[in-house]
Parts: sequence; C-alpha cells; structure tokens
Amino acid sequence: MTDLTTNCGGIKSPNPFWLASAPPTNTAYQVCRAFEQGWGGAVWKTIGEPVMNVCNRYGGYDYNGQKLVGLNNIELISDRPIELNLKEIAETKRLWPDRAIVVSLMVESKKETWHEIVKRSIDTGCDGIELNYGCPHGMSERGMGSAVGQVPEYCKMITEWVTEVSTIPVLVKLTPNVSNILYPARAAKAAGASGISLINTINSIIGVDLDTFEIKPSVAGKGGHGGYAGAAVKPIALHLVSQVALDNEVNLPISGIGGISNWKDAVEFILLGCSSVQVCTAVMHYGFRIIKDMIEGMTNWMQSKGFSSIDDIRGKSLSRLDNFGNFNLLHKTVARIDQKKCIHCNLCHIACEDGAHQCIDLIPVNGHNKTVVREDDCVGCSLCSLVCPVEGCIAMVRVDDDSERKTWNELMLNFKKEEKPLSWENLGEFQKKYGIKIH
Amino acid sequence: MKNTAPLLSPKEYEANFAELHPPLTGISAKAEAERCLYCFDSPCTKSCPTHIDIPGFIKKISSDNLLGSAKTILESNWVALTCAKACPVQVLCEGACVYNGKKEKPIEIGRLQRYVMDNYFESGMPDLFTKAQGKNKSVGIIGSGPAGLACGAELTLLGYDVTIYESNKIPGGLNSWGIAPYKMRQKDSLKEVKMIKGLGVKIKTGIRVGEAISIDKLLEKHDAIFLGIGLSESPELKIPGENLKGVHDALSFIEEVKSEKWDEVKIGKRVAVIGAGNTAIDAATEAKRLGAEQVYIVYRRAASQMSAYEFEFILAKNDGVIFLFNSVPVKIKGKKYVKEIICKKSRLDNQAGLSLIPNSDFVLPVDMVIKAIGQKPHQDFLNSIPKLKIRNGQVVVNFKNYQTGNRKVFAGGDCINGGKEVVNAAFDGKMAARSIDNYLSASA
Repeated sequence: MTDLTTNCGGIKSPNPFWLASAPPTNTAYQVCRAFEQGWGGAVWKTIGEPVMNVCNRYGGYDYNGQKLVGLNNIELISDRPIELNLKEIAETKRLWPDRAIVVSLMVESKKETWHEIVKRSIDTGCDGIELNYGCPHGMSERGMGSAVGQVPEYCKMITEWVTEVSTIPVLVKLTPNVSNILYPARAAKAAGASGISLINTINSIIGVDLDTFEIKPSVAGKGGHGGYAGAAVKPIALHLVSQVALDNEVNLPISGIGGISNWKDAVEFILLGCSSVQVCTAVMHYGFRIIKDMIEGMTNWMQSKGFSSIDDIRGKSLSRLDNFGNFNLLHKTVARIDQKKCIHCNLCHIACEDGAHQCIDLIPVNGHNKTVVREDDCVGCSLCSLVCPVEGCIAMVRVDDDSERKTWNELMLNFKKEEKPLSWENLGEFQKKYGIKIH
Repeated sequence: MKNTAPLLSPKEYEANFAELHPPLTGISAKAEAERCLYCFDSPCTKSCPTHIDIPGFIKKISSDNLLGSAKTILESNWVALTCAKACPVQVLCEGACVYNGKKEKPIEIGRLQRYVMDNYFESGMPDLFTKAQGKNKSVGIIGSGPAGLACGAELTLLGYDVTIYESNKIPGGLNSWGIAPYKMRQKDSLKEVKMIKGLGVKIKTGIRVGEAISIDKLLEKHDAIFLGIGLSESPELKIPGENLKGVHDALSFIEEVKSEKWDEVKIGKRVAVIGAGNTAIDAATEAKRLGAEQVYIVYRRAASQMSAYEFEFILAKNDGVIFLFNSVPVKIKGKKYVKEIICKKSRLDNQAGLSLIPNSDFVLPVDMVIKAIGQKPHQDFLNSIPKLKIRNGQVVVNFKNYQTGNRKVFAGGDCINGGKEVVNAAFDGKMAARSIDNYLSASA
C-alpha cells in the first residue's frame, strides 16, 4: 500500500497536494469542488486588508504554441470581507475534516491587528496559518506582502506577533524577490514558525503590445509589474527550495510552490525536501481535475520504485546537491549518436558548431548528412543530446573508468601543498596529465 | 458523343470540385509551423527543385513575420502559390521531412506555403524586391507558363525589358489551364501572373509566335529569347477508330474543365482514359466528378510501372475509377461516334519486351475515349528556329545554362524535359534567366 499522507509542520493531509493561496481558493464553492476531486489541502486566498481589483489581471507567456508556459498577475489578496471568508472557511472545514485548510493572512503591520486576525482564523477550526510575505505587487507598495518578506527584521517581528498567540502551526510564505532567500527563512525560524512555504511569485513584466505599446496586461492603457508563476518558474523554485532545505539554521518543514503542473514536478520538490506541494497556475489553466493524475501518477511511480510513504522520498536528492568545487573534474563523457535512430535534422551539428565546441561533422552520405562526433574533441557538454528531437538518439556516454577523481577543491589543496600558484600553466599541467583537452 | 452523362446540380459540381486540401486557419498554421524542428541543411529544402529555404519560411510564420516568409519563398520560386497547391509534396519536401524518420506525420509544408502566399496576395502584394538598374536590353519569352513567368520575373528584377508572348487569351500556361480544379482554380494562377506583371513584365496574350509574329522578327527585336512553350497534344494511338467523335486529347479536355463551366463540358456516360500517368489520373477523376457513370483507366503495362504517383492512384481509385492494367487498346469501334474500345491483354517479357497475349480480346463499351499517353513537342514551331536541336521530342539545352543550339535562344520547362512538375519549370525559368543575364552581360 502506498501512503500519500503527509505532515507539513504539524499540518496533516491525506496527500501532499495542496492548492496554493490564489484565485482557485477564493471561495468555499471552489475549495469544496477541489476537495471533491481529491485535493489534500488548500491554502485559502489571502484575507486581510480591504482591497479592490482591476480589470485585466493576468498576462500569459506562450511559447512555441504552448499556452501559459508562464502566467503573471496583478490580482490582489481576497477582495471579499474577512468576515465572509472566515465563515466559509469554518463551513468548509466542518464539511471536510480530513483535509488541510490553511488560512493565509496579510494585514497592516500592527501587533494588535495581527493578534486579532490570528485568533479569528483559529476560531474557524483551520489547520494552520500561512503568512503571506510574498505578494510582489499592489500590497507591497502598501508595506505588506513582499515588502515584509524582503526585510528579515520585519519578517521576524511579524512572525513573532503571530506565533505568540497562535495555537496552530504557522507557515511563513517567502518571496523569491530577494538576493538571499536564507535571511528571511532564518528570520521566520527565529520567530518560531512551524514551516516555510516558497516560492511566491516572481516580479515580472509579461510583455509589451507591439501595436499599442501598452504593458500587458493593460488596465485602460496602463500596466505594471506583476507576479510571475507557472511552469516557467519551476527551476527557480526548485533552487530556492533546495537552499532552504539544506540550511541547518532553518531546518523547518517546507511546503514547495512554483510551477508544479503534474506529479513529476511534485516528486522533484519532495525529493528536494518538501513535505507538501502547492499548485495554482496549472489549476487555473485546466481546473481541479488534474489532481486525479497527480495522485495516480505519484502512486504508480512510488510503487514502481518500491517507496511506500512520502517520508521515503522526502529530501532523497538533497545529498546529491553540492558545490561546484566538489565535482569530479576527471569525470569524462562524450556524445554518441545512434545512427539507426538519427533522422538527419542536423540540429546537433548546428548547435555544436555555433553554440558549443565544433565537434560534430556533417558527412554527406546517400543524399543526406551523417552526423559524426569527433570524440577526441567532444568536451562532453551535452548540448547536442538536449537539442536532439529523437528520444534516445544521442547518449552522453561515460568514458573515464572512475579510477581517479579530483575535484577543484582538492586540486587547489594540492596546489597549496606543492606551493604552486593557480595559474594557466599549472592548470595546463594538470590537464595534460589527465589528457584533458580544452577547446 | 452518343450517350452523355446527365448534368449534375450546381451544388454537386461545386462539391465534386471542392478543394482537396483546404487552407489552414491562422491558429492551425502557427501550430503546424511551431511543430517544425527547424532542421539545419534541411532535407526538405534539398528535395525542393527550387530549393526554397523551407525551415526559414516556416519559422517566420511562427514569429508572425508573414511578409518576410513570403519573401523567403518568392526568392526561390516565383509561382509558389501554384506549387503549394499542385506540387506532389508527398514525394518532394514533405516526403523528405525528418518526421517521416520518426514515424510521425511530416510537416504540412505545402499547406503552410499556401497559407503564406494567400496572405501575401490578400494583403495586396506589398513590394518585396528591388529592381536592378535598367540594362537597356530586352528579352522575349515565348509562353507564360511557370518557366516563362519565372524567367520573366527574374530577368525584370535584373534590369531587363521583358515581354512574354502567350498564344492563349488567358495567361499562365498549365498553371492556369492544366491543374485539376480540386487542386487549384484558375484565379489563383492569375494572382501570380498579376504579381509578375506588377514587377514590370509585359505579357502579350492571344499572340501565337510563328503566326501573329514570326520567330525571326522576335530574334531581331530582342537580345535573347527564352522558350517556355511546353508541349503539344497527345501523340496518336495509331489504332483504327482514332478519329471517331468522342475521342479526345487529355490536355484539351482538362483545359475545357478549367473554364469551370461544368455543365458545358460534354462528358460520356462511360469513359476510357488511355494511359496511367498523372495527366491520365486528372482526366479520369475529372470525368468522374463531372458525372460519368463509369471511368476506366486503360494501361498497357503493370500497376508497378505506372508513372502516376501513388497518392494520385489512390485518389482515382477512391473516385471509383477502374484500372485495367496490362491492357492495350487495339481498336476503337463505332459508326460516327465511339461505341466501344477493343483491348488485348499484354505481358512483359524480359527479352521480347511487351507483347500481346493471343485471344485475350475484351470489349469496353464506352462513349468517350481520352488519350493521355504523353505529349508531343511543338515540332513545326521548333523547326522554324535556326540552329535549334531537338532530341527525343525535347529541345536540347546545355543544362548548365539552359542555352540551346542557338546561342541567343534559351529554353526551360516541359519543352526541355518532356513534361515534369510546375516546380521544375519554375526552377528552369529562374536559372535560365540568370544564364541569360550572364550571356547578355558578357556580350555587352
């Protein structure tokens, strides 16, 4: 039996798939629909200060025929009164006691205001609170959202106001729009947070209209920066998640967010240390129904790999993360092209020729080109294997026998011992010794 | 004709001659363009006789640079709309698409090219090319088919004064008169003619060189001549009954259909098309679509030897055309009108070649016979041109520069290759123009 239940900083849910605090969790109607289809949890759309929204709130980034590879928005927190939201949250929790319901909060920076909203939230019977320190637009100009997340001292102060009165777990949701994610994460930890949610949206301008010269999305001719989300942000999110996961000082459960569109994305976040994942853009594009594949896909994958619980996989790839200085310089791969599979598009050639190291030749044979790798000149960059449109046609094959290893850090230590300075000559000597050619 | 096929309703005619490959919508064209892998040194480009930079024009569709896309196409091929609709893409560009190697559907290059060209014509044909400075020399072109049009367009951009002489009242040659209407209508061919006229090429229609004006006069008047005269009618079957009423030449039949006055084309109830090339297929499917009850294709050799493309064969089969292979017509019978055609079965022997099988006679009762067994050259006209050499019915040229035995005369298209595709003629015309430019520049 595969057990998908999870516990993220004390917030339990039947599966790790939560809806992120966003338009899909605006109302009880939506959250109930989501739960009916299997979502494990929902972070309610942030409630707090009075706001008003504008028309044309989203901008889509389409690429090569794929709609919404990225999505940016200038929508604000819930534009419905706190009272109505809290009533719906209580009702939803009563109907769905086994699901995780987290209330996302953002109010003005006053201790009393925070105390009050936290207490009122707890009264709904919700499972946890998420502090929205991430929203990069609209609210930040009013001293909230990312304006808090970008200043570790504010982050700590407000989190303390919350934790000192909260009887339920408190997650702190971080903005990626900082130079070092660890400072706000550590501040949250110091203030007693139960976990970290990240990432919130990335500051962005989605595009400019070439006919009207307006910024997209256009609000009666004007536009501004908005929060960027969707599949395109996943690599950035994975990196920031891994940084927080690896930091000994933070050492908190993580709810991963950022471009998660399917179960595979979710597994990657969990492998990098997340206890739950939050989804928004994919649901905004395709609806809540995507949860069926997410649950089924993850279950099938876990079964095929022999994993029985989320604990089995959480953080499993963190040990694989290291600094460049600890990578083996003597690890050598070369590109090998399976001529039987090659369809002669020559994309490997042109990518190598113009964008890499000029080691794939085109040799005319029977009216088409045979692509031939000069292995001696191949630096093993792998670009060709990435541009190749045929599955399994170009393999990066390891050609060193793993008998010797030398990392940059080790090499620098050796140089130090031998009292050699780091110079092109000394580096050249090392390369020569191991037959490493530089192109 | 003794028995003519009953007329169809206007709706039926339009349905029968509706486009086989309808246009792509903007969204579907972009989606298809984005599927293109953008191969380097691409097989599709190599397999196009005019070497259009296919990945180049396709990527310009995805970047919304449709004008640039049209320019990329026209730089290589002046009759690109016709080619988009009439080219046998399955055996050319699309057949070479690398997706075939992945066992996936090739890019719909023909329909994408058509999308770009349709857009170009709909947007009012904005100027794409700059003409070279006038060279004060003139070139006369005989024939306004694809070879003549391409040659004329190219030469006019190179700065020559170009006049095309066309015997028909409507220009375009086979582009206007020889393509099955379900592939392309005459109006599309005329858009290309209009574009090329817009570049400055003069087209004199209704003028048959050799009748209205002599070839000697043209040789005197122009500094060089290009022959894009195509071919003439089908040769004789050389069997009894060939002159009976109801025996037609395929190209004149197809030309009649091209007028799009469907109900005015006399069509037999039962029709036999002799030959199994692509023209035979066109004649057979058009006869069927005009209402013939039964259409036969009678071919003296085996199915494997037929010169029609596989997809054309399938098209005719799907139209209900019956193929009679290894069948040789020996006699057409009838008093005044065709009544029946008598055939014998044939066999191919490695040594003896094709021979008739004794006592294998069979009779096809038909009202109409369409000859589609190739085309003869315009022999008399060609003979009137001094120093021109003709071999196997084809004008002899130096394939490096398209020059004929008469140094002042160049030739291209069907008259030098015995009948190929529009795209081959378009290439010949373009390349011949460049040779004419070299020739005239050298003699300056």
